[in-house]
Amino acid sequence: MLSKRVIACLDVRDGKLAKSIKFVNTKDIGDPVEKAREYYLDGLDELVFYDITASSDRRKIMLEVVEQVAQEVFIPLSVGGGVRDVQDATDLRLAGAEKINVNTAAVERPELISECADAIGSQNVVLSMDIKRVGENKVQPSGYEIVTHGGRTDTGLDALTWATDGEKSGAGELVVNSIDADGTLDGYELTLTRMISEAVRIPVIASGGAGKPNHLRDVLTKGKADAALVASMVHYGTYRVSELKNYLHKEGIKVRRSW
Amino acid sequence: MTVIVDYDAGNLRSVQRACSEIGVRAEITSDPSRIRDAERIIFPGVGQASTAMRSIQNSGIDQAILDAFGTGIPILGICIGLQISLNRSEEGDVETLGLIPGHVRRFRMQNSELKVPHMGWNDVQVAKSHPILDHVQTGDEFYFVHAYYPEPENEACVYARAEYESTFCCALGLRNFFGTQFHPEKSGRVGLELIRNFMSWDGTVA
Repeated sequence: MLSKRVIACLDVRDGKLAKSIKFVNTKDIGDPVEKAREYYLDGLDELVFYDITASSDRRKIMLEVVEQVAQEVFIPLSVGGGVRDVQDATDLRLAGAEKINVNTAAVERPELISECADAIGSQNVVLSMDIKRVGENKVQPSGYEIVTHGGRTDTGLDALTWATDGEKSGAGELVVNSIDADGTLDGYELTLTRMISEAVRIPVIASGGAGKPNHLRDVLTKGKADAALVASMVHYGTYRVSELKNYLHKEGIKVRRSW
Repeated sequence: MTVIVDYDAGNLRSVQRACSEIGVRAEITSDPSRIRDAERIIFPGVGQASTAMRSIQNSGIDQAILDAFGTGIPILGICIGLQISLNRSEEGDVETLGLIPGHVRRFRMQNSELKVPHMGWNDVQVAKSHPILDHVQTGDEFYFVHAYYPEPENEACVYARAEYESTFCCALGLRNFFGTQFHPEKSGRVGLELIRNFMSWDGTVA
């Protein structure tokens, strides 16, 4: 039986690990390569690197980080942040990333999803969505809207429509990131995650809000997510990855336990 | 020399990195003569069976693999590398190498709760011992990404199974060929140990 995955997200700025609260006030908290190795040895199922570097030489720094991590970590590696075209995607793949996350650039130019799927295979294209609760209305009937640029820009797109369109265009997986929950440590947005997971047939990764082990349990059961993304709760050492997985196992959720 | 067969079917460097982690230098090559002369061959691949098949036919790699299979060189097929070692694939309805009698089928996905592709960590059930599975125990988990699965004609070729929509063969072997549907290079310690076992395998089965 397929296991539910625990995925750690590492926001990388200028080659360093950063953590944000509600997408602002980011601070640096360590070396991403070191953290990646630590989590890998402690039973992490998958890693996501998100490049939040603003400088112009960002691409080179990120490729170096990915290359270093890929030499030490033998689980799937996913990379995102600023992927604008197929060249970005293939460069990151060569550096050692398995999966490529597209986000803002896909909103601006939706063909990017199918272009990447053709170039690197649908299963390796992850559509990452930053989503804000707006309440049901005519433009966003699901009550949720896609936002970009770290939550600063409204797109008008209905989140549920964008998710199903993304699947049709060739995304192999979806990240549902609630910017309302992000950084709060109060738990994932269960309603949103479940709504999207039930509407698509590709795996859904829940993101934003994880602070306690029971938050993971809830999103993997009630939220119907296939994987749960964690950040602060492991980066600051509050919980160990193995601790989270042991907890989920005790709660009756199938997770990988041999590593 | 261990060679990793390059036929534009995915990320070969992750396989090369896994080899280097266990202390083996592996050469990535698309040269049929390097493949025939190799000590052992890793035949990886992601992507589409019909595309992969076209690509190995155009480059003459198909014949090199058939020759290597005939001369007893240990071969490890991974994912698409395993799938195209059978006779035929439903993916693109294509005739494939035919080292091992059997077909590649698509998951039917009649249960709407299940997602396609089968992606993530799943536990394997060891059906039969093999030098390459030396350390693997039933219940160990490996990383899978696929929508098609192998179905060898002969049960004796099945070395491990996994369960998704139904039970399917996830590791098979015949003589000097061994194939895994999962990705050992992305499966942490158990995956690296499988690759290490392959590196000391002489290509024979007791």
